[in-house]
Amino acid sequence: MAVGKITFTKTEREKLAEVLWLLNWISVVTGAILFGLGLFLKIEIQKWQEVMSEQGILYVPHMLITTGLAACGINYVGSKICLDCADTNKFLRWKLVMMPYIVCTFFFTACVLAGALMCYSIRSQLEEALYLGLRNTMRFYKDTDTPGRCYLKKTLDLLQIQFQCCGNTDYRDWFQIQWISSRYLDMTNSAVVDRVRSNVEGKYLMDSVPFSCCSTLSSRPCIQHNLSNPGAHAHYDEQSQQLNLWRRGCQQALLDHYTGTMQSIGLTVLLIWLFELLVLTGVRYLQTAMENVIRLGDPDSESEGWILENSLAETACYNFSIIKTLGKCYQVDDDPNINVPTAAADQEAPSAQVQVNVTS
Amino acid sequence: MPFLSLKFNLQKRVKLAQGLWMLYWLAVIVGIILFSLGIFFKIELRKRSEIMDNNESHLVPNLLILVGMLSCGLNAFGGKLCHDSLDPQKFSKMKPMLRPYMLLCCGFNALLLLLVLLCFLMQFAVYLTLAEGLKNAIRFYKDTDTPGRCFMKRTLDMTQIEFRCCGNNNFRDWFEVQWISNRYLDMSNDVVKDRVLSNVEGKYLMDSVPFSCCNPGSPRPCIQHHLTNNSAHYDYDHRTEELNIWNRGCRQAVFSYYSGIMNSIGALLIFTMAGDVAGLKYLSTALETMADPENPECESEGWLLEKGFKETLADLLSKVKTFGRANQVEEGGTSPNVTAT
Repeated sequence: MAVGKITFTKTEREKLAEVLWLLNWISVVTGAILFGLGLFLKIEIQKWQEVMSEQGILYVPHMLITTGLAACGINYVGSKICLDCADTNKFLRWKLVMMPYIVCTFFFTACVLAGALMCYSIRSQLEEALYLGLRNTMRFYKDTDTPGRCYLKKTLDLLQIQFQCCGNTDYRDWFQIQWISSRYLDMTNSAVVDRVRSNVEGKYLMDSVPFSCCSTLSSRPCIQHNLSNPGAHAHYDEQSQQLNLWRRGCQQALLDHYTGTMQSIGLTVLLIWLFELLVLTGVRYLQTAMENVIRLGDPDSESEGWILENSLAETACYNFSIIKTLGKCYQVDDDPNINVPTAAADQEAPSAQVQVNVTS
Repeated sequence: MPFLSLKFNLQKRVKLAQGLWMLYWLAVIVGIILFSLGIFFKIELRKRSEIMDNNESHLVPNLLILVGMLSCGLNAFGGKLCHDSLDPQKFSKMKPMLRPYMLLCCGFNALLLLLVLLCFLMQFAVYLTLAEGLKNAIRFYKDTDTPGRCFMKRTLDMTQIEFRCCGNNNFRDWFEVQWISNRYLDMSNDVVKDRVLSNVEGKYLMDSVPFSCCNPGSPRPCIQHHLTNNSAHYDYDHRTEELNIWNRGCRQAVFSYYSGIMNSIGALLIFTMAGDVAGLKYLSTALETMADPENPECESEGWLLEKGFKETLADLLSKVKTFGRANQVEEGGTSPNVTAT
């Protein structure tokens, strides 16, 4: 029992070929869009790669870029095939290529789906990478004279200004690290020396934050120092405290930004996948219809097209048995019913023949 | 003797018509670009109208939007004319519209020229409005509780961060205004009281700048306060320190941004003032002078002006003169207009 059987007249076959030719060209454009989306995502991730501990999530844009390029190539070939399929004579040229082409397209469409699903599953990996990366960046904020870390201060400042965030989870993260380098501390000052000595690891910790944490929405000039002591500032009430600095942590801000971007990209890729599936189904129908026409012999007659010749279960069994026998090519079978010619039998046969010749 | 005449056969006429058709449609696309540029420029002016005292001139973007729409319409019609010109029936229907259309195009080109001049001249107006607006913005920075000025602080902070600038001419402009409101000053503190009293106008002035002047690229954490006092900070010399805060003034920074936009718009407009009119004139005269209208293969001549340049000018002048004299009674009988009666 064939799956999805439809009967096609000659005109219907020709129309199907024309429509598929157009759809294949549109698919080339969507393939280019896929490539562009992958490129855009790669650039977005590389912009802030310094605050990520590992760039493992780069496999998502790489996947999108390769499938985009593959889409352009496969659909270009597909459009050429479909253009020729309207005519039975020209179809014969492509007859042998059609089946491998459809199998290729099927796997490629599965890759597009995998790419779309990857976009949605990235959150937990990103969360971990951002937490560790931001922690390290904050620790190396003061090391503007160490090669390899010179620009971490600038990157983190620009990040906090652009994404309107402060610290890793909260602005209090800045209280736990020394973010002013020792070369800008006056070690002859007793207050400074006391503070350094009172800390177990000899770090100069303060309840202050860098200027990039300051909120532009505040109605009063920014208060950066003595944040744990609201009484040190004139009329520093609860509302002023809320508006003074950015409240969000940078990990949350970046996570929201990237998941938002990836979700929109994932949605677009899913739509492209549905479109590709439609094109694949159309090409399969065209292929089976043309093959049946050739089998019937009359180019003008009606023919049937289907997705699968037998039911799903039968096709699955058939394919599994093919795969099994592929593996059994070089093995000796232990089945007693099979006649395996042995070496002794070979020697017996020629000697019997010789005897017969002599006697006759 | 026609001015700049060329011989055309059928293929040349067809090629000219096709080339002109593509040129006209390209011009429609350029018209759409001009329209969107006008909208973009208007939005950019609106975005920063607060630092321009809310009285910036919207003449250039408004004219640009109008020019964009006119360009689309005129060039689409021109394209249609070219498309129809090769079909004799359609061309004879279009012929009466040709002359007024070409006059319209000349008028449109004059408008484009005016707009180019405006683009380059209005930059002076933008500069002056910016200077005045920024001065007031710095003065009203602290007035976040006064209606009408609530968001001045936010706008100025975001401008200084975005354009990487500080103050009007430079950061010292902040030393001359009180940018911390009295309601955030502790008036019971002696230091504060001394500073206020020592100033003639009772303003609390400091050698400090707001946080938005800080340069993120500086290797050391930002020094905002006591900028001119070297001893207040460890290892700091305000004369040699360049990376701590932005050195540029906001007037210069914002002005270069706007002048960049206006210069590119002017350049695009110059590019748009193409010789569409010349091409159309050649095509129409080539089609009109076909010796045998029934035979499309015949040769014809096309030109820019029917007589020579000087003769056409003289003709035009005499026409203008007689136009003025139409209602006057002529004494002599030499004027051709009088003999008509």
